[in-house]
Amino acid sequence: MPPAPTSAPVSGPSPGQTPGQSPAGASRLAQLVQQIGPLLGLVLLCIAGTVLNPDFATTDNILNVLTRTAFIGIIAVGMTFVIISGGIDLSVGSMAALIAGSMILLMNTISGSLGSPYLVVGIGIAFALLLGALFGLAHGLLITKGRIEPFIVTLGTLGIFRAYLTYFANGGAITLDNAVSDIYSPVYYGSVLGLPIPIWVLLLMAVAGGVVLNRTRYGRYVQAIGSNEQVARYAAVEVDRIKILTYVVLGLCVGVATVLYVPRLGSASPTTGLLWELEAIASVIVGGTALKGGEGKIAGTVIGAILLSVISNILNLTSIISVYLNAAVQGVVIIIVAFLQRSRR
Amino acid sequence: MSLAVEFRSISKSFGLVEVLHGVSFALQPGRVVGLLGENGAGKSTLVKILSGYEQASEGDFTINGVAHRFANSREAEREGVVLIHQEFNLAEDLTIAQNIFLGHERLNGWLLDDRSMNAAALEAMQKVGLAASPETKVRKLIVAEKQLVEIAKAVSRNARLLVMDEPTATLTPTETERLFVLIAQLKAQGVSIIYISHKLDEVERVTDEVVVMRDGRFIARAPTCETTRQQMANLMVGRDVSDMYPPKELPPVAAPMLKVSGLTVPGWAYDVNFEVRPGEILGFAGLVGAGRTELFEGLLGLRPRSAGLIEIGGHAVDLRSPRQGVRQGLAYLSEDRKGKGLHVRLGLRENLTLLTLERYAHPLLDPRAERDALREKVDEFGIRTGDLNNRAASLSGGNQQKLALAKFLHADPKIIVLDEPTRGVDVGAKRDIYFLIQRLAREGRGVVVVSSELVELIGLCHRVVVMRAGRVQTTLTADQLTEEELIAHATGTH
Repeated sequence: MPPAPTSAPVSGPSPGQTPGQSPAGASRLAQLVQQIGPLLGLVLLCIAGTVLNPDFATTDNILNVLTRTAFIGIIAVGMTFVIISGGIDLSVGSMAALIAGSMILLMNTISGSLGSPYLVVGIGIAFALLLGALFGLAHGLLITKGRIEPFIVTLGTLGIFRAYLTYFANGGAITLDNAVSDIYSPVYYGSVLGLPIPIWVLLLMAVAGGVVLNRTRYGRYVQAIGSNEQVARYAAVEVDRIKILTYVVLGLCVGVATVLYVPRLGSASPTTGLLWELEAIASVIVGGTALKGGEGKIAGTVIGAILLSVISNILNLTSIISVYLNAAVQGVVIIIVAFLQRSRR
Repeated sequence: MSLAVEFRSISKSFGLVEVLHGVSFALQPGRVVGLLGENGAGKSTLVKILSGYEQASEGDFTINGVAHRFANSREAEREGVVLIHQEFNLAEDLTIAQNIFLGHERLNGWLLDDRSMNAAALEAMQKVGLAASPETKVRKLIVAEKQLVEIAKAVSRNARLLVMDEPTATLTPTETERLFVLIAQLKAQGVSIIYISHKLDEVERVTDEVVVMRDGRFIARAPTCETTRQQMANLMVGRDVSDMYPPKELPPVAAPMLKVSGLTVPGWAYDVNFEVRPGEILGFAGLVGAGRTELFEGLLGLRPRSAGLIEIGGHAVDLRSPRQGVRQGLAYLSEDRKGKGLHVRLGLRENLTLLTLERYAHPLLDPRAERDALREKVDEFGIRTGDLNNRAASLSGGNQQKLALAKFLHADPKIIVLDEPTRGVDVGAKRDIYFLIQRLAREGRGVVVVSSELVELIGLCHRVVVMRAGRVQTTLTADQLTEEELIAHATGTH
């Protein structure tokens, strides 16, 4: 039987055409640009950076950029799951700050009584991860069982988390004891096989995130829920459980990012993690995930995160545009990317 | 004044796929024309071109001798051509009146003239028989009422050529009758009507003439009074389809697989008792709003239940989610294909395996095994798709329904509840689905079919439960099944 002409597609040409179907050359190119758009943008940006300032392409500078990207990148990996499932989390920056502050307080408290500083750091790290997971769990429960919009829940906790950090820090900074700090600092400053540890962690999280999203039941369910929650519910998917889990995963990612962040400065203050939520969400969107959920790519998210920090790095290295306009340039990039991807739906 | 339309070699392509191949025919003014064809025959595309929602790739059409190409629906409406969509285009959070006047708001100076719009909306609603306040939010209406809002909207735009795409798919017999009266009134006023429907009995009743399309081409036109339903069906399918229903086979005598006692879903269904035996096809008849869908949603834990005992295979079970239902061997396919049945934005493969992912996770998913399963099911269920990588949205209605059936049957349920399994599905696919239902029963499964098409219940079922206003009126056996009997119980006039 010849392939039946499908009925008039409701929304124009079928969006799911594969290269094998040989669509016209122009639309094929457009499709390719959409698929590798973020990567293309990053490459172009790197070429521009190299031309503008030869220092850009040095190993030191690139490692520096990637290391700084790690915090946002790791959080953005978790955020990708939340956004694909149709949710959002505005609290991640405040959550990172509160986890950092609580973790430092805990380590300072137990470092006196525990002999081994390694044990102190270990307990601190475990505590940070646990706290992140618990915060995520609280979000998930309020959103699913409490039936409150994710935007509202996390807008609330955004304020709560940062206020408690400010309260614990008495408005100032919470600083890690030197003894612990010395043991802990290699977690941020150390390298393995020439790559700084934060980059390894980011890589690991991104690969794990990609596998979970694309090759596990959980990942498939996340996409199904974001694509149409009702259909997923009728297809016997345990929607609430999966949604709660996305927030727990994001909380864990925030915990991991904080564990890497604390040894960098050894302190937490009311400005710690400020606006991280916007950078993380921007990374996800620039990476090609739709804000309304349903589909997205972890690799895109990581590229998005790198792209945004390369922009600020280039502005720092060159004097064409003022560093003060960093956010403006990033904003323009976000809008351009959204423009290029708009025809996908 | 009536409108005469002539299509002149209209072709339409979506990307590389041509769905209309040079369609030419003329419609005389002031008549009701039935446009027939299977899903994918190009009917909807043709009328969308006529009403400005799509543009022809080649060719054009004339209205009263003047050539037109409408760039949008507004231009078409200016000429008096109005399309009533098969799928609703309503803003759920606006009121009925706001929807009816959307884009055509009446103003009083700079401000909206709500009083005048509400009054005019009420008038249009009365014409179509929609009893509600024009200030009711559309979100609160049931599906049939939304359909009536669409019709009222068209009526209020002073249409001179009205295109109705499957207008009765969600209407009850009473509402359908009222629609037919309205059609007669409009015709008397000189309005030309194009009536698209898969329900050939309706086409036979209301149309003056039928035009048949197949595979994007014009096939035939004939006066309705000279054409039998059988001839219409044969023209649509392109072959003889006299045996729509498989012969009924008596189910073996056995203990019930599913037994429901005293089930109450507050607001929808009260004290419902029924049982399904292996190999049995049990029908559920009733008007829209009789609580059939809600009863089964309550059974699956998708709505709160206040009382009732559910026994599967003789054991009492407490179903709280479709997941538990599937674990107990009970699957429910919703009537709302796009809203609850299929992920139209996802691929065929992702849709097929969603209920049974554990089979493909070891622990990582095995896309190759999923693709193999898809290939097998595409053959088994006769799903017509150009490419296995297509999204579900690219399938025609009948093929989407087959995919939805394949998806829920992939979980190998012992008891399967099919809610409106042939809604919006063409004749050929309908027949396929009927034979599939019979095969399921023959395999020893218990099958429940909820349907508003009485003919289908009569043709398929061993017994039919008739519901009215949330209560079971009666349960009819095969030898008692007639349309009159079913309608009498469903409307409480027995």
